[in-house]
Amino acid sequence: MSPTPAGDTSPIPAGGTLRILQPGPQTTVQDLGRFGWQALGVSSCGALDPVALRLANALVGNDESAAALECRLAGPAFEVTGGTARLALGGAEVTIVVEADGASTTYPAWRAFDAPAGAVVRVGALRGSGCAVLAVAGGLPVAPVLGSRATDLKGGFGGHEGRALRAGDTLPFSPASLPGPCLELPEPPSLAFAGTLRVVPGPQAEAFTAEAMATFLSAPYAVTREADRMGMRLAGPALGFVAGADIVSDGIATGSIQVPGSGQPIVLLVDHQTIGGYAKIATVISADLPAAGRLLPGATVRFEAVSVEAAEEARRAQEREITRQIGTLAPVRAAAAIDLAALLERNLVSGVVSAFDD
Amino acid sequence: MEVPLTARLADLARFLPVGDTAFAIEFGARIDPELNARVHRVAALIAAAPPAGVTETVPTFRSLLVHYDPRRGSAAAIQQALATLDLGEETAAGPARVWVLPTLYGGSAGPDLADTAAALGLPPEEVVARHAAGTYRVYMQGFLPGFAYLGDLDPRLDLPRLATPRVRVPPGSVAIAQRMTGVYPLESPGGWRLIGNTPVRFFDAARTPPTLFSPGDGVRFAPVGPEEHAAIRAAVAAGAFEPPREKATAP
Repeated sequence: MSPTPAGDTSPIPAGGTLRILQPGPQTTVQDLGRFGWQALGVSSCGALDPVALRLANALVGNDESAAALECRLAGPAFEVTGGTARLALGGAEVTIVVEADGASTTYPAWRAFDAPAGAVVRVGALRGSGCAVLAVAGGLPVAPVLGSRATDLKGGFGGHEGRALRAGDTLPFSPASLPGPCLELPEPPSLAFAGTLRVVPGPQAEAFTAEAMATFLSAPYAVTREADRMGMRLAGPALGFVAGADIVSDGIATGSIQVPGSGQPIVLLVDHQTIGGYAKIATVISADLPAAGRLLPGATVRFEAVSVEAAEEARRAQEREITRQIGTLAPVRAAAAIDLAALLERNLVSGVVSAFDD
Repeated sequence: MEVPLTARLADLARFLPVGDTAFAIEFGARIDPELNARVHRVAALIAAAPPAGVTETVPTFRSLLVHYDPRRGSAAAIQQALATLDLGEETAAGPARVWVLPTLYGGSAGPDLADTAAALGLPPEEVVARHAAGTYRVYMQGFLPGFAYLGDLDPRLDLPRLATPRVRVPPGSVAIAQRMTGVYPLESPGGWRLIGNTPVRFFDAARTPPTLFSPGDGVRFAPVGPEEHAAIRAAVAAGAFEPPREKATAP
C-alpha cells in the first residue's frame, strides 16, 4: 500500500498516535508561544520560525496557531498508529521518507502528505535552515499550560512533559475532520539568508560608545556554536561601553541583542529570560526574527538600523505576504507527485530540470 | 515650589524603543521602592484599560516593558495614549501582605553560609539573624518563572555574586547577592550565594496564577530546624501546606 494519493477524500479515522523511534537532535512541541505571563517570569517560547509554523499548519488545514513539532538540524523518525496522519513540513529543505507496507515514498517540504497507520516516517537532515516545523492535521492535542502548548524547556512544562522528545514517546494526534486533497505551497518562501538582520537601536544605545554602535552596524558577526532556543552568541569586533555592561535589570523582548562584558553580542530568541541585567544595544525587528531563528553556527550576520515605524511596516508587509502565500495553497500537482526531490537527490534528472519550468 | 497632586506619565518617565513589538517606560536608573511602586501602578493602570495592540507588560525594578502586536497597534499611537495617563496620587510603597517563608539556614541547605559569613567578617548566626530580620519587597519576578527579586537586604550583608556560578542550584535555595535576596523556584544554574532552603513552592504551571507572589507583596524568612523543614517539605509535597501570610504593619 502506498500513501493516500492526492485527491483522495476518504475520511481519516480519529485517535492516532505518533510513536517516536528516533527523536532527532531536539524535537519539541511548539505553537506561536505562551503570552500573558512574562510579568511572572514565564518565557514566551513558541516556534523559532513562526512563519514556518503558520504555513505548515495551513498546509494541513489547521488553525495557524496549532501545536506542531519543531525540529532542529534534523527531524525525527516515528511510527504512525491508529489512523492516517496528514503531515507537512515547513521552514527548511528536507527529504521525508514514508515507509508503508514495504514501499517507500519520499516527499519534500512545503506540501502535505498522508502517512497511513503502520507507516514509518523518517524526516531527514534539514538544509537551508537550522529549524523546521512538522505540522499534523488536527494539531497535537497535548494539554495546554497557561494558555499554550509550547514546550518551555527551562521551566520544564508545556508541550510533551516539558521536554524535548525521546525515543519511545507517543504523541496523540486528532484528525478531527475530512481534510480534502493534500495541499502544496506552489512558491515556497526563500530560505536564502540575505546576510542582514534589521534592528531598531536601543533600549540602551546610550550605554555604548559611538564607535561601538558604528561597528555594530557595519562589521560582520559570526554565529558561534553557542546557539540554542534561548539565544545565539555572536563573535566579531568587541563592542565598547560608556561605563560598563551591567545595567539595573529590565525587560527583554524576543530579538533583544544584549552585550555582556566581553563585548560580544548575544541575540536573544524565543526561550529568552523575561528580564536581564546586560545593556541591550538593539532589537532585531519582528519581520526578521524567523530568519534569525533559522541561522546556523558559522553564518555571518550584519545589522542594519531601521526606525520603529519602518519595522512595524515591514511586519505588516510580511503579514500580507503570509496571507498571500496561504491564498496560493492548491492541491498537489501531478508533477510534484512524481517526487522530484528524490529524483534530484539521486542526480537522475539534473540535466532536465529546466524541462519542468516550461 | 508647587507639588502637583497628580502626575502624568510623560512627566515622570521616558519611552525607549525595544524593536517593533515592545517599548520600555523607564522611570529611572536605580533600585528604589517608590520608583518600583510607580512601575507596578502604571502596569495596573494599563492592565485595567490597555490601549489597542498592547498584549502584556513586564514590570521591573525601574521600568515597565510594554509588549504590543504591531499588526494591531503602533508604538507611536500607544505611547501617545499613555503619555497623558493620570497616575493619580502617589501611594505608600509598603506591602499589603507579608509572606512568611520557613527557612533552614546553613549546612547542606545553605552551602555558602559559612564562606559568606567569613567574607563579611560576621559569625554565621549573625548573618542568619540579619537576613531573617528583614521584611522584603517583591520588586519584580523573572530570570526563572516565579523567581522574585526581594529587597533591600541589610547593607551589612552586601556581597557580590559568586565569581563562578553554580551549574545546578537546588529548588528552594534561599540566596543573596548585593542588596537582594531571593529563592530559586526551580533547579537552574545560578550565581547567588546559597544560605538556606525553604520547602515552599513558588511556581506551579498548573495553577492560575502560577506564582505565589504578586507585585508589591512583602516577604520575610523565619528560621526553622531540620525536623520542621522536613515536615513542611512533606506537607508541601502532599499539597497540604500554604505559607503563612501576615498583615503588614505600618512602616
